[in-house]
Amino acid sequence: MKKILIVDDEPNIVMSLEYIFKKESFEVFIARDGAEAIEIVEDDIPDIIILDIMMPNVDGFQVLKYLKKSEVLSKIKVIFLSAKNKASDIELGLKLGADKYVSKPFSTKKLVKEVHLLLNK
Amino acid sequence: MSSFLVIFVILIYLAVIFYVAYWAEKNSKSKWVNNPYVYTLSLAVYCTAWTYYGSVGLAATSGLKFLTIYLGPVIIIPAWIILMRKIIRISKANKISSLADFISLRYGNNRFLGALVTIICVLAIVPYISLQLKAISETFNVITKHKIIANSIINDTTFYIALLLAVFAAFFGTQHTDASERHKGIITAVALESVIKLVFFLVIGVYVTFYLFNGPSDIYEQASVLPNFELQQTINGLEGGFNWFFLSMLSMIAIMLLPRQFQVTVVENDREKYLKKVTWLFPLYLLLFNIFVIFIAWGGNIIFQNQQVDADLFTLMLPLNQGHEILALIVFLGGFSAAISMVVISTLALSTMLSNNLIIPYGFLTKYSKGKSTENAESIKNIRRIAIFSLIILAYFFYRSFTLNRSLVSIGLISFVIIAQLAPSFFGGLFWRRASSKGAIYGIIIGFFITVYTLIIPFTIDSQLLSTSFVNEGIFGVEFLKPYELFGLQLFEPVPHAFFWSLFFNLLVYMISSVSFVGNYRERNFAEMFVDSTKYAELNEDGYVWKGEAYVRDIKDVLTRFLGEKRTERALNLFYIKNNINKKTPYADARLVSFSEKLLTGSIGSASSRILISSVVKEEEISLPEVLNILDETQKAKASNKELKERDKQKDAFLDTVAHELKTPITSIRALSEILLDDDEVDVDTKKQFLTSILSESQRVSRLINNILDIEKLASGKDVLVLEEHAINSTIDKSIAAINQLASNKGIQFNTKGVSKLKLIYDEDRIQQVLINLFSNAIKFSNNEKGQVSVFTIKSDNKVEITVEDNGKGIDENDLLSIFDKFYQSNNQTILKPVGSGLGLAISKQIIESHNGKIWAENRKPQGAKITFTLPFKIE
Repeated sequence: MKKILIVDDEPNIVMSLEYIFKKESFEVFIARDGAEAIEIVEDDIPDIIILDIMMPNVDGFQVLKYLKKSEVLSKIKVIFLSAKNKASDIELGLKLGADKYVSKPFSTKKLVKEVHLLLNK
Repeated sequence: MSSFLVIFVILIYLAVIFYVAYWAEKNSKSKWVNNPYVYTLSLAVYCTAWTYYGSVGLAATSGLKFLTIYLGPVIIIPAWIILMRKIIRISKANKISSLADFISLRYGNNRFLGALVTIICVLAIVPYISLQLKAISETFNVITKHKIIANSIINDTTFYIALLLAVFAAFFGTQHTDASERHKGIITAVALESVIKLVFFLVIGVYVTFYLFNGPSDIYEQASVLPNFELQQTINGLEGGFNWFFLSMLSMIAIMLLPRQFQVTVVENDREKYLKKVTWLFPLYLLLFNIFVIFIAWGGNIIFQNQQVDADLFTLMLPLNQGHEILALIVFLGGFSAAISMVVISTLALSTMLSNNLIIPYGFLTKYSKGKSTENAESIKNIRRIAIFSLIILAYFFYRSFTLNRSLVSIGLISFVIIAQLAPSFFGGLFWRRASSKGAIYGIIIGFFITVYTLIIPFTIDSQLLSTSFVNEGIFGVEFLKPYELFGLQLFEPVPHAFFWSLFFNLLVYMISSVSFVGNYRERNFAEMFVDSTKYAELNEDGYVWKGEAYVRDIKDVLTRFLGEKRTERALNLFYIKNNINKKTPYADARLVSFSEKLLTGSIGSASSRILISSVVKEEEISLPEVLNILDETQKAKASNKELKERDKQKDAFLDTVAHELKTPITSIRALSEILLDDDEVDVDTKKQFLTSILSESQRVSRLINNILDIEKLASGKDVLVLEEHAINSTIDKSIAAINQLASNKGIQFNTKGVSKLKLIYDEDRIQQVLINLFSNAIKFSNNEKGQVSVFTIKSDNKVEITVEDNGKGIDENDLLSIFDKFYQSNNQTILKPVGSGLGLAISKQIIESHNGKIWAENRKPQGAKITFTLPFKIE
């Protein structure tokens, strides 16, 4: 079973993502901010992370930077899922090493497709 | 010591200096090249061979008077933080590359004035350069024990050294055609030399004081029994005091207006903030340099008391006399570095003036207006190279042909007095709007002739041992006109005397002419920009008033002849973008004309660039009042434009956040409804949960929209307050009732004991909105176990303070001010987010401010947050 980590501080967004990916038979982990995400990742390495950017304490960019410092963690696939959709934000996200940048509001079907695409590469 | 050894050491030393300059030029971005220390040290080019040897000579014969040369700079330098900053800003904005350019531009691009300043500088500085060559030559002879000066040029080491210096200055000084560019190679080399000369001088100082003698007190005791000691070490009453005062004034002017000082301080300045370091570091440098002067001088007086030794050479003779040749070589090298830095920077500065303010504007403009860019650039560089060689060779022959057997100090001081003639027009131009070019020109000329009469002629007569009665009896025997006692003034020594009279008449003529002949509008335009530099700094090209007809094509053509096509294109593109001008307009406006003039100024000087540009445009005369009017208007327009831009920026940021905040609930709504639509297997419970979420997120969107509309209404003043008299305690009670459910859910008690019955005038609905917002925040943040929210009022003369407190963990100190911003995002967002829209406190602030009240946040001790707002008794 593939493991997915959902990192977002909006409970209803988390709820929808959790439902979708459970349905796709993922083992779903949830973090409500960046700090929690890092704790979870250190315990149990997921295959892919859906990462929000604007979060309290530790934001999504910082989480990704943290992951890229470690050899093991840097291999985790990362999709940014953010309402920030200025070209400069997207560029920065990809430059930091995210595999994909999806803007909110998003299409559930497309997101699921992207996740599968990344994991089957 | 053998000449070959010394020459060998000199060559190695020069090779090191060349290499450092070369390296710095290659690595011009390095932090070793660009820092305030290199800048400060390069200013020490002020300390020449004259400081090295002459100070000691002067101290040995006249006591502490040598200090005046350093006292002036130490007094004026703290003021640089304002004064020099102004000068540097003006120079940078106008691409000024020399003192002559600065003065000429201030007085309306006056070509003649620029040339006059150049000539004055050359006349003042060439003898000064030859003084440095003399010092090199003399000390070389002393250290190699040559008794006679080489009688043919072929055998004279100094000649070859002079040539090498010319090569150095010409190579590193003409890397760019634009002379206002920085010469990092030369400056870094000079900074290194400043370290070397100081360290070596300190070494010899310590050697004399602590090795030859047993410390300062020992020297003092021995020196104080020498004849004349008392006389030398006092100021000599009022007369001496005046001499001190004027000599200090003189050096104060010199540290700013000597061409080499202007070069290193203004033209070579990379960042304004370097000045801060200069204000303490440079006086410290001068202090260190002067600590041992008096001891070396006394030491020399003691040791050589019955011998004929030139006091100017004490520094070198003391170690030689003891047989310490290595130490003598070190002294020689120190003096050598002091001399060559001065020679290189001075010739660089003078060559720029000569090319940009004399040779090009008077001889090459027609040629350049037809030539190609590469040819023109090469020709400009060649003019400067030839100027450098000519200056050094001229200085060399000056030193060969005149028996400069007067002490080193006198020639240096004469240079100072000549340069001081530029002070009225320079400083006057910075602070006096009425100062005009005629005043500047007449003042400088008069001042110069008085210097010639009172100082240069008698000095030449004295030093060349000519026999005439001119000095003792005055011209035609008129005693009233005796050069050293003009108009019977017997108070001063020759130098302060000449300084006093020349500057007195210079200033007088300058002021009278400026008041009697009003300058033209161009002059007045620059006068405004120089005097009010801070006000016009932001205007850039807009500060330039110009009316007429011009085509972009013609101006571009002129620019291309100097910059080449690529650079012209690039510069113009930048200009268009910066000023928001359509690239396709065929007509040039005032901004383009001014921009183009500046662009050329660095290469060919301000006067030439003005002549060239105006040759392709048709300019209309403008009256003086018109100039002033236009300037005033542009400045106002610019200021309001800036305000608009700032407001635009704020609006953009606001819209950004609004978009983000709206997208978040919509994201949930979309995702959840997509699931419900696509997936038929959702069980009833989940379906219900999803629908509830969709509903609450929709409510969130509408709440947000209402809040945004609210805030816009309040901010734009469209919302009219319903002002009536109410009792504040009843409004507070109503607000608590509205929120009571939320409070009891969390088990929170409201404490309203501190609320008084007070009647005030306010819009009750709005104030309730504020109170409910504050209460719900307080409930949210209060302690989870024993939550408590208190509200109380404090009455003062004209207002009531209403405070809401909780016992939660308080507000981050950094956030106390920003929580009232729209969409304030705290680091503790997790707890903030679930309820509000991020606009609650911003709206509260708007409401309170529209009641003429204030709102602020504080932290309580030991814990809890406290938000207070005021309502006035009377609302105007």
